[in-house]
Amino acid sequence: MLGKAFEGSIDYLQIMDENGNVDKSLVPPDLSDDKIVEMYRNMCFARTLDAKMLSLQREGRAATYAPLVGEEATQIGSAMAMRSNDYFVPNFRQHGVFLVRGYPLENFITYWKGFEDGSRGLKEIKSLDVAVPVGTQMPHAAGLAFAMKYKGADSAVVSYVGDGGTSEGDFYEAMNFAGVYKLPLVIIIENNQWAISVPRKKQTAAETLAQKAIAAGIKGIQVDGNDVIAVYKATKDALANAKDGPTLIECVTYRMSMHTTSDDPTKYRSEEEVNAWKAKDPIKRVKLYLMGKNLWNDELESKMNAEHESAIDAAVEKVEKEFKPDPKSMYKNIYSFMPDVLNNELNDALSENFWKE
Amino acid sequence: MQMNMVKSLNNALDIILRDNENAILLGEDVGKDGGVFRVTDGLFDKYGEKRVVDTPLSESAIVGTAIGMALGGMHPIPEIQFAGFMFLSFEQLVNHAARYRSRSRGDYSVPMVVRTPVSGGVKALEIHSESPEAFYSHIGGLVVVEPSNPYDAKGLLISAMKLDDPVIFLEPTKLYRLFKQEVPEESYEVPIGKASKVREGNAITIITYGTMVNVVSDVVSKKGTDAEIIDLRTINPLDESTILESVKKTGRAVVVHEAPTSFGVGAEVAARIAEKAIFDLSAPVVRVAAPSFFYPFPGYEEYYLPNEVKISKAIDKVLSA
Repeated sequence: MLGKAFEGSIDYLQIMDENGNVDKSLVPPDLSDDKIVEMYRNMCFARTLDAKMLSLQREGRAATYAPLVGEEATQIGSAMAMRSNDYFVPNFRQHGVFLVRGYPLENFITYWKGFEDGSRGLKEIKSLDVAVPVGTQMPHAAGLAFAMKYKGADSAVVSYVGDGGTSEGDFYEAMNFAGVYKLPLVIIIENNQWAISVPRKKQTAAETLAQKAIAAGIKGIQVDGNDVIAVYKATKDALANAKDGPTLIECVTYRMSMHTTSDDPTKYRSEEEVNAWKAKDPIKRVKLYLMGKNLWNDELESKMNAEHESAIDAAVEKVEKEFKPDPKSMYKNIYSFMPDVLNNELNDALSENFWKE
Repeated sequence: MQMNMVKSLNNALDIILRDNENAILLGEDVGKDGGVFRVTDGLFDKYGEKRVVDTPLSESAIVGTAIGMALGGMHPIPEIQFAGFMFLSFEQLVNHAARYRSRSRGDYSVPMVVRTPVSGGVKALEIHSESPEAFYSHIGGLVVVEPSNPYDAKGLLISAMKLDDPVIFLEPTKLYRLFKQEVPEESYEVPIGKASKVREGNAITIITYGTMVNVVSDVVSKKGTDAEIIDLRTINPLDESTILESVKKTGRAVVVHEAPTSFGVGAEVAARIAEKAIFDLSAPVVRVAAPSFFYPFPGYEEYYLPNEVKISKAIDKVLSA
């Protein structure tokens, strides 16, 4: 005989379209207009911070930087859906999530100036550290979710991975592990279409990234990642179901800028493609919506921008004035104790004045 | 009680699970089967599937999720079935377990003990007999421990769990059942980072660990050499002071291990002796180790492993120089 061993499909969710029109039947009941204004402000803050970091990098005042511009809805929508007791596992582009979670700007700037000291304070906002090797943070997210379940904590874990990261073994291993033990894990795929210069189509022949959930036996959904309300709802729903197991959410968005400050996207993608995505801008549509409801105007906009810029400038100034790197801190944080071998190396450096203090 | 190493490790894990509610065992076949070498035998029945977790065949996830568990306040004990399969989790160990404390400047730590069988001599299939201690020691941030007897194995494992650090705990397969020793049934510790002098002597220092400790001891007693034998027990951090103190006394040193000769622990020990005790030496330091390539198929292992002849000749050479 020939029958069907399995049948599955993946839903797609969009609530607010490119012109700011909203399908009211799908808006989560807890999402007030005030909250949408807050989403808008957060997205704008993230974009302003991004521009500032880029200019700092160009001036030699920051190390390599990975811009988020274009991906604000995916980050802000999911971050605002998290509860205060939920944990968050970033890769290296979740600046918007950090802002929502209350990560001090000074620490963020210190990190991107190239100092580990900037990672201080992430534990307080229930975030793991920034993970640079692509996809390798995924098993940590599954393990953290395992710990939450083991301890009976009312917490779930929201983790982020890019479209390129979904090709890594760690992505599959983590998702599979989370499925087996029904862990409280939400995996957000921030599908920004490009892994440096390699397009989404060259990552996998699968039609969607969300359908990878099917093989792991977990829930999966694809959402318009430039629709902050859709991302918010999908994340909220996944968190509500987290006690029953993991969910994979593919957010379809676009990296409007370079992968990091070390590459030039004009070498590998067309202006037409970028312009087509500009029309789907995640911030513009929310502004249209809010202005249509008289909840936003130019005066508010310029006041907000000035506030954001001065907050960022103040933080940059504080870091540049006050932060002093301490090379001894490198040696002191390798183990919980100080082995003789490291102590001797440190003492050599100090007594020989290698660092010319 | 007389115990072999399998029994003493099993006993240590039993004590750890009993005393530390945040400790769990996870790995392939560690649960119902009790592990392929039976090190976790009976613990699934005693502590249940919440504490003794059979995982998917997924080495990177076993170690990677253990890191996440540790970051979430647990103290996991992942088992990788053979050290040769552990390279699939190398990324997680090198780029995350080792670095997390430093990356967060001490906000986070990764307390976990990764157990894995190492070394050869048991006629196992390819990729079942590796000695990878140098890889893990080179990184920094990982503690690397390798016991040579049942008593140390239990005490070191209990001590490893007292550290707020990731520990790579290497268990020589050949020693699992080779001999029994008197091992207390209660909890005790053997210090991490401290080598042991298994034999006192004045003519030559032999620095070794793991499977080679017994081989060296046999050679020395057969020859009647006045040798001081140092069992490193902890590979990283290296107990430099015990090595230097002995070498300054004897003026002669041989390093013996099962791993390949080049770029290994022997090179590290010899370099430290050269840097800090070269004027106390009467002869060059000699390494006795496997040839400078990977472990062969089991049929060739007797030709590959350092044996009594090789060790004996090295001792003669250093003593006569």
